[in-house]
Amino acid sequence: MKIILDNVIKTFDTFRAVHGVSLEIGSGELVALLGPSGSGKTTILRMVAGLEYADGGAIYFGDEDATEIPVRQRGVGFVFQHYALFPHMTVGENVAFGMKVSKVRRAKPEIDARVEELLRLVKLDGLGNRFPTQISGGQRQRVALARALAVDPKVLLLDEPFGALDANVRRDLRRWLREIHDELGITTLFVTHDQEEALDLADRVVILDQGRIVQQGTPEDVCRRPDSAFVMKFLGDTNRLPGTASGGRAVIAGASFDAQGVADGPVELLARPGDLGWQTDGGGIPAQVTRVIDRPEGRRVLARTEGGEVVELDVAADTKIAANDRGFIQVLRCNVFAA
Amino acid sequence: MERTLTLLSFGAEGWGDEIAAGVLVTVSLALATLPLGLAAGFMIALAKQSEERSLRLAANVYTTIFRGLPELLTLFLVFYGVQLGVQRVVALFSPGTSIEINAFVAGMVALGVVFSSYASEVFLSAFRAIPRGQYEGGYAIGLSNWQTMRLVVLPQLVRIALPGLSNLWLILLKDTALVSVIGLSDIIRQAGIAARVTKEAFLFFGIACVLYLVLAIISSIAFGAIERWTGRSEPAR
Repeated sequence: MKIILDNVIKTFDTFRAVHGVSLEIGSGELVALLGPSGSGKTTILRMVAGLEYADGGAIYFGDEDATEIPVRQRGVGFVFQHYALFPHMTVGENVAFGMKVSKVRRAKPEIDARVEELLRLVKLDGLGNRFPTQISGGQRQRVALARALAVDPKVLLLDEPFGALDANVRRDLRRWLREIHDELGITTLFVTHDQEEALDLADRVVILDQGRIVQQGTPEDVCRRPDSAFVMKFLGDTNRLPGTASGGRAVIAGASFDAQGVADGPVELLARPGDLGWQTDGGGIPAQVTRVIDRPEGRRVLARTEGGEVVELDVAADTKIAANDRGFIQVLRCNVFAA
Repeated sequence: MERTLTLLSFGAEGWGDEIAAGVLVTVSLALATLPLGLAAGFMIALAKQSEERSLRLAANVYTTIFRGLPELLTLFLVFYGVQLGVQRVVALFSPGTSIEINAFVAGMVALGVVFSSYASEVFLSAFRAIPRGQYEGGYAIGLSNWQTMRLVVLPQLVRIALPGLSNLWLILLKDTALVSVIGLSDIIRQAGIAARVTKEAFLFFGIACVLYLVLAIISSIAFGAIERWTGRSEPAR
């Protein structure tokens, strides 16, 4: 089921949360809405669900205009950030509930079989008789997904699905959600403010800021070809060095860089810690090491340039480097934007 | 001791059957008032959360009045005031006709409005304790507003409101004693008559105390069982 948002607007009192967003989600695609708090991502998701109504524009499910259709008739599966499981029902009853009250009458054995199948799918077989308070956060999240899938939705919507879980559980559930999506092929839209989560899971990432789409594309597109300094900074650790552009070149900390398509004037060079290198002699930006932080995946070096900017760069775990060492920062890959 | 047993026996010699009849009236009145008070309290709680300003105002005025007035005064207002009002209306159409309001019904209505005023606050707090996500969870799986209220919200509401409602039930049980002043033969009235006739005030009012305590203990046990059942979804503490 394809979803189309056509110039969708949403205002709360005097605050405009969503400014004319247009977006197309292909059938079977897994799309992430990514943005900082207050960027409008949850509002967009809730409008797609029908939990909020758009003040302007239209939302289509396939060829059908769903803008005015209430949530209960949209055929969506919604997974809430805090699960919203019904605490007075067991896990099995939560999953079965949507089928029991559905207009499509099903026999009890059929419902029971479907519940069992879904609990097996979400790796919770045997927990059907427990109450939500008697299982862990990660398990509750999986019950919430099973409940959403039980009503055979045309579209699956997830609002910060792993936001309330710890890092290791999140990582496991991400992998598992991707597997389920690949198995079921259901059109899925999920909201997150976690860049790693969006890039790890989604076929396509839609980045929002202040109610507008600032960039959308595959994880590779948004990572490698950011459209703006905001996107680059938002997607991960970023070093910022000021400079000046003239005639398609930028001079930053005494070194010259390609700046095709950037207007003459003040600019900023943005580079990720992993896109910088360190060498004790040769060319680059002169700097002095102020601190070395050891991490499982390598070493993070903090160095101060002659202009006073602190730059972070990643080096291999066995690199010999210590505070106060002098050397040169090599820029292996970067983006230059008008300041 | 023998005289005491004779006074408490059933039959012509003793007052046991009168006291038992009083217990029946007390329990019947409380049980008859409970559904009335709960239903009205629930509706008032809904009105207090309504988007319609006039409904909110009416509900707040209602609870302010009936929580502010002494229960005895409310009872008099219903028993005498309503009776007077009804008689005046009837007199317009049929002069000379006399209408009397049943004391049991008057007691039930008076205690019901007081109970509903307090119950509405208990329900309102319970409504506020249920996250909005529970309603949305219901809508998202295809439930109507009414289905969501009945199947998702109400079961949780009962569990949250139960401690407050059990308190109100005990207050209601004791407030039934007020109906003795409008001539209803409850525990207090029967004990009072027996005390005056036999000059054994301490004995009969002592018996009344014991009976109210027994009713309270039975109620507490019953509510405890209901709370355990509704709280079965809670983790063991």
